[in-house]
Amino acid sequence: MTDSTESFDVDAALAALTAQVEPLIAEHPDAVIVGVETGGAWIGERLHAHFELASPMCTINISFYRDDFSMVGLHPSVGPSNIPAEIDGKTVILVDDVLYTGRTVRAALNELFDYGRPSAVKLAVLVDRGARELPFAPDAAGLKLDLEKDRRIKLTGPEPLRLTMR
Amino acid sequence: MNTDIQLDAHGQLRHLLTTEGLPKSLLERILDTAESLVPEVGAPPKKVPLLRGKTVFNLFFENSTRTRTTFELAAKRLSADVINMDVATSSRAKGEDDLDTLFTLQAMGADIFVVRHPENGAAAHFAAHAAPHVAIINAGDGSHAHPTQGLLDVFTIRRHRPDFENLKIAIVGDVAHSRVAHSTIHALRTLGTTDIRVIGPERFLPPAPGALGVTATTDIRAGLADADIVMGLRIQRERIEGDALAGVADYHHDFGLTPANLAHASKTALIMHPGPINRGVEITAEVAYSDQSLILEQVRNGIGIRMAVMAMIAGQTRGGSPDAP
Repeated sequence: MTDSTESFDVDAALAALTAQVEPLIAEHPDAVIVGVETGGAWIGERLHAHFELASPMCTINISFYRDDFSMVGLHPSVGPSNIPAEIDGKTVILVDDVLYTGRTVRAALNELFDYGRPSAVKLAVLVDRGARELPFAPDAAGLKLDLEKDRRIKLTGPEPLRLTMR
Repeated sequence: MNTDIQLDAHGQLRHLLTTEGLPKSLLERILDTAESLVPEVGAPPKKVPLLRGKTVFNLFFENSTRTRTTFELAAKRLSADVINMDVATSSRAKGEDDLDTLFTLQAMGADIFVVRHPENGAAAHFAAHAAPHVAIINAGDGSHAHPTQGLLDVFTIRRHRPDFENLKIAIVGDVAHSRVAHSTIHALRTLGTTDIRVIGPERFLPPAPGALGVTATTDIRAGLADADIVMGLRIQRERIEGDALAGVADYHHDFGLTPANLAHASKTALIMHPGPINRGVEITAEVAYSDQSLILEQVRNGIGIRMAVMAMIAGQTRGGSPDAP
């Protein structure tokens, strides 16, 4: 690993993601956006505002379903799940900042299904960095990278959003 | 007793022994975590896998079906295995020392003990001797503390009257001997409440109300004046002086949460009680089941609070040999 920090163009990645989410929304105008706390919620809010969705923005806290709970405990700074929208029978667009192992997505699906049974769940991520450990693939990804396991990519925000890699 | 051991070296919750001295940030984090675990009215309860593979022992040296049941439900909703031990009726009768009971159950693979005990400081005593991977949650020790009850009380209050600093709260009953009152008062003080009145006959009032951070009065009218929250405490009939029946009637008249007495509180005052209630002693059924009563909501919230405490503790304890005493 090196000490150098590399930055990415968040606006370009966000624009690419938005373009890929557009047909999903066009096909499912009653879609509900659910952002994974905290980075996915920031991205989800931008998509939600852009598409002017009728359904309220939702956020999800995956702490209760993390498979590394016994090693890391509950994350103190993550807000609670807030799902004001009805998700039964709806298409949910699950939004996260970085797709890596897929473990966050698994936990997020568990938490999501505590609130109802969506007809479909689509996965939209700002960055797909590769190195998956579980069988998930994004339906929309603003930036695709193929990184070694020891690289760390992180979104900071919410204002301004910055995407850096160490 | 040393209750500092309830926090680990990083200031995280290691055991839960008392609300006294619990840092505000940690106390609020327990309440925030519980917010995610208390189901919406009508929604199915949340069942999460956080304590999968963990074993919770409800170790009750004093009977309490209600408290034990809420801890049992909380542990089961976190996917723990739960064992209920009424020690008062088993090993204790055979002369086993309390710590021997603890060590034996630790060897069976216990991870969390929920301890109810008639002696002050019992939970801290267990915590001081528990193995490194084992956590103790105090479910009531003598007249000292009942921290999960205090936490569920402030959680319930926060949902209705979140402005703790401007809250006027009256606690009516045997505050001197009430572990519930002590834990609730410490939690309220930490959250910034300064106007806490305790009301009861002289012998029920705490010996040093100033040190506890409350004002004490035997006059229910003065005590309830403009109160936003009125909390009744369960009265043990044997503690009411004099002729048993006359004592109950007098207590009910002078200190009961009755429509007549509550006329002195704020019109929108909310009613709380840790349960189980003694109808016709410290409260009337009419008041207990009125629209302003939070009593059943307290019970519901208690499960979420106990889930939050167990989840936070389980996230802090790891490693250690199950055989170590």
